[in-house]
This record gives sequence, C-alpha cells and structure tokens, in this order.
Amino acid sequence: MDSDKQQYQQMTQEMMPKRPVLRNAVIAFVVGGLICVVGQGVQGFFMHQGMTTKEASAPTAVVMIGLGALLTGLGWYDRIVKHSGMGGTLPITGFANSMVAPAMEFRTEGLVMGVGARLFTVAGPVLVYGMTAAMVVGALRWLITGVA
Amino acid sequence: MAVRRRGAATYETDRVWIRGTGSVVGPKEGQGPLKDHFDRVWPDEQNGHPSWEKAEQALLAEAYEEALKKAETAWNGIDMVIGGDLLDQIVTTNFSAREHQRPLAGLFSACATFTEGLGLASMLLSGGGLDQVMVSAASHHQAAERQFRFPLELGYQRTPTAAWTATAAGAVVMATKPGPLRIESVTLGRVVDMGGKDPNDMGSAMAPAAFDTIQQHLTDTGQSPEDFDAIFTGDLGDFGVKVLRRYAKDKHLDLSAVLDDCGRSLYDAQQQDTHNGGSGPGCSASVFAGPLARRLVQGDFRRLLLVATGALFSPTTYQQGETIPCIAHAVAVVREEAFR
Amino acid sequence: MIFVWAFVVGGLMCVLAQLVMDWFRMTPGQVLVVFVVAGAVLGGLGIYGKLVDFAGAGASVPLPGFGYTMVEGIGQAVKQKGALGLFTGGLTAASGGIKAAVIFGLVAALIFKPKS
Repeated sequence: MDSDKQQYQQMTQEMMPKRPVLRNAVIAFVVGGLICVVGQGVQGFFMHQGMTTKEASAPTAVVMIGLGALLTGLGWYDRIVKHSGMGGTLPITGFANSMVAPAMEFRTEGLVMGVGARLFTVAGPVLVYGMTAAMVVGALRWLITGVA
Repeated sequence: MAVRRRGAATYETDRVWIRGTGSVVGPKEGQGPLKDHFDRVWPDEQNGHPSWEKAEQALLAEAYEEALKKAETAWNGIDMVIGGDLLDQIVTTNFSAREHQRPLAGLFSACATFTEGLGLASMLLSGGGLDQVMVSAASHHQAAERQFRFPLELGYQRTPTAAWTATAAGAVVMATKPGPLRIESVTLGRVVDMGGKDPNDMGSAMAPAAFDTIQQHLTDTGQSPEDFDAIFTGDLGDFGVKVLRRYAKDKHLDLSAVLDDCGRSLYDAQQQDTHNGGSGPGCSASVFAGPLARRLVQGDFRRLLLVATGALFSPTTYQQGETIPCIAHAVAVVREEAFR
Repeated sequence: MIFVWAFVVGGLMCVLAQLVMDWFRMTPGQVLVVFVVAGAVLGGLGIYGKLVDFAGAGASVPLPGFGYTMVEGIGQAVKQKGALGLFTGGLTAASGGIKAAVIFGLVAALIFKPKS
C-alpha cells in the first residue's frame, strides 16, 4: 500500500504543471527593483533636507510602510503581489501589507481580537525570528571580536 | 417503496424524484462559461450583506427560494433539510435554519457535501415516511479564503494547481412525487488517502477517491462508463481530471469519453485567472442545480453520474503535516421520460 | 548611479526570494523569516553594511535590511549600555518601521474595507 502511495505521488509530481519560475523571477526583479528605486527617491529627499544616509533610513522606512499600507487599503497591493510575488512581498512595503491586510479583514471580529490581534498574524513570526537572530548575532559578534 | 442494496456500497432507490432546483452564484461565476444557466447571479460578492458569512447565508436562502418556487411548494411542504457548507461548524446551513424552521440534518464532507446530501435524502425518501426533502450546499469565496487561506488583501501568488472556492449555492427539492429528474442509485464513498499534503493541490489528492467511488458504482451496478452520457466529478479541476484519467487508465478503466468536472467547467481558467478551477461545496451543487439539471431536462443528457469530491482536512491538520484524506459520493440521476 | 544599483540589487534580492519560494515550495511567510534572519547574519558578518553603502535603498528597503538594522542597533546599544544593549538595541533601531506599521495598519483597518 505504501509503495502504491509513493508511486501515486511520483506520478502526480511528474504530471504537475510547472510553476513559471523564469517569468516569476523576471517580474519579481522589475517590481522589486522599482520599489527600491522609489525608496531611494524618498531617502534622497530626506538627505536633501540635510540628513545623513543613516539618519534618513528611519523616516524612509516610515514613508515606505505608509505607502504599502495605503496601497493595501485601496486594494491594489494584493494585485501587485499576485503578479510579482516576492518582488512585492520582500520590500518593506510588503511587510506593511502583511500587517494591514489581516487587520482590515478581521475588522468584523472587533477591534481587540479582530484588528488588534490579527495585525501580527504574518508579521509576528518575522519580528520574533528577526529579533532573535539579531540578538544572537549581536552577542556572538560581541563575544568574538569584543566589539558589538 | 424500498431501498435495494446492489453490491458492496451501492443502493438502488425507488420512486425518488427531483422536483425543483435552485442555483445562485457570485459575479465571477456569473461571468464564466455557464453564466446563462444559473437562476440568479449576484452583481457583487457581498450583495449588500454586512459580512462574507452573512452573504453566504443569503446566497443559500436565495437558492432555497428558487428551488421551492420551481418545485411549486413552500417550506411547510418540506419534511426535512439536509445540507452543509465549508465554514467552521457549518454555520451557513445551521444559521439559515433559523429562518426556515424545518427539521435539519447538517452534513460535512467538504466539497462532497452535495452528493452526500442527495444520496442520504434519496435513501430516506425511498425508505418511506417522508414526502419532500430539501438538499443544499453552499460556499463563498471570501468567507472560505479568510478561514482556510489568507486575508483577502494580503498579496500572494497562487500556484498553478490552486483551486478557486466558488461563491455559489445550490438547492434541490426531492420528493416521492414524480418530477423531471429521477434518482436511480447512490454510492457512498469511503475515505481514500494517497498521501497528498499540499492544500494548493487538492485535485490530485481527491482523484483516487473519485476513482474509488466511480469504480465501486460501476462494479456494483454492472455498468461501464459509456452507460452514462456524462460522469461529472465535483471539483478535481483541470489537473485533478488529468490525474484521474491517467490513474483510471492505469487501473484499466477508460473514462476519457464521458468524464468532466464541475469545477473545471465553472470558469474560463485563461480569462478568469482561476488556475485549477472552482471548488467548494457550492461548486458542484450550483453546477448541478443550474446547468446540469437543465441539460438533463432538455435531453442533452439522459443519464448522469454526479460524483462530488471532498478533501477532508482542516487548517490545523495541514499545518501539523498530516496528509489529506479524501472522499467522493456518487449519485446517478436520470431524465424522467414519463414526466412531461 | 545609486538609483541604478538600488534597482539592480533590490531586484536581485527579490529574484532570490522568488526562487527560494518556487524551488523549495515555501510559503511567503517562511521566505520572509528566512530573509530577515539572513539579513541579521550578513549584518553581523559586516557584509550587509557594505551592500547598503553600495546600493542604498536597494539593500535597506528589502526585508533583510530590517534584520541588518536591528543588528546594527544592538551594536550601538552594547557600546553604550553593555549587555542590556542586546535587549534594547534591536527594537530601538527598528522602532520607526514597526511603530509605523502598527499605526498605519490600525488606521487602514478602520478606514478601508477589504475588496474582493
């Protein structure tokens, strides 16, 4: 019986329509690149106001996240990602989308357990593992080099 | 009146007819190739209802209305309602029962719910005691998405084998009084699990269950596929149908001449970006209650085997890495030549 | 020139994420976790900082930049506060982005309704 199952899974894997990997990659490149160019433009604006590159990075993140949230609210961001995949998901605008989308969706379940709790359904794991990794890396660097 | 057993899992029913059918679908389904064959098409997915869940209940209520109208009866003529849906605790079917106030038997076998209901109702009616039974199944795209997958506005790419849950409801009034369609026999399926794990590929997970039930039905009744004008599976979709054809062929059963699928015919996959095709309990229910029933009545088909298929998993089980158990129930529906 | 490199580097990072998702059949959430951790690790090795200098927003806008920002923040904080900095530094550096996402998310949820 188990070999039956294995054979069946093998057959379906062979017949499975292929994901359009090349096309996905090309669109991800163009869209992801363009979002970063917009980010560069925003950063350039803040630097033009007299900030250093480092100082400008925080306000740039805020503006990009605001843009992502706005496009999500208008119902456009999911369409961008449908075509561009990671090109829309990986930039920080996609992070905003991952917080705004569930919050909007579960508005019907109330402000606390609906909006409040669901803001972090997708973003939660990213924060948890991002924070943990940053802490481990920071501690290791401190131990090894003596400078964090 | 009696139910007669044929073979291991098939029951021949006697004097059970379909008196009326109702089908109501959402806008996307209303733009597909079957658009002209539904009773009502909603202009948008919400149609003025405050939540997706309430919209699904309203969709079902409208399908009930249409079925009652065509069967020329009213709720007080219905002895029992048998039906189900996809949402947790089958809320759509249960909440709608607040309105109709008829005895209710709620079912769940995911997208196989509709033929499970048809089968059980046929056996009950055939057994005697009941006069008219309402059978229904419903699903709503947005309500199912938020329960099973992701929030609507969250961007993600669908894989080529992902199914599109239909916004659709179908209801039929079945009776011991003659009607345009007659139920001939019923095969209740068993759970088949071939180790599929991917919730984005339910077609290939369900295909062996469909095969098992079809073969059982043919063996029990001593028929071959060509004895039917069409065999319609529920929602295997494009890929699932391909897999079923090949799998059946390997087991020496050639279905290619008669096999089709409700989910695959509901949308235009190229134009409507629905990938594998439609799914959800409402998919086979509405496609039967609308287009297929119509084709039977018009005489395009004389004998139809409807085999709705269900993937019996929950979001919890697939996150825990469990494989997907699947089931299929078959109902043979024939055109009643005497009823004109 | 920085715009060109932002486009190329940011685009390539997205391509890499897309390939990881398609080849390993991962969910978008899993890919994001992998990339934020990768950003932290590359930040610790000093590689990501160079990439940010070179490509600007092309490296800071994609999510690995978020991991890198937190590692840098921890570095700064440890210099000032010692071990406590391991706990405070990461979120301090990323606070703008996180707070923005929470506030904008909340506001958007109140204003907008999901379309289909």
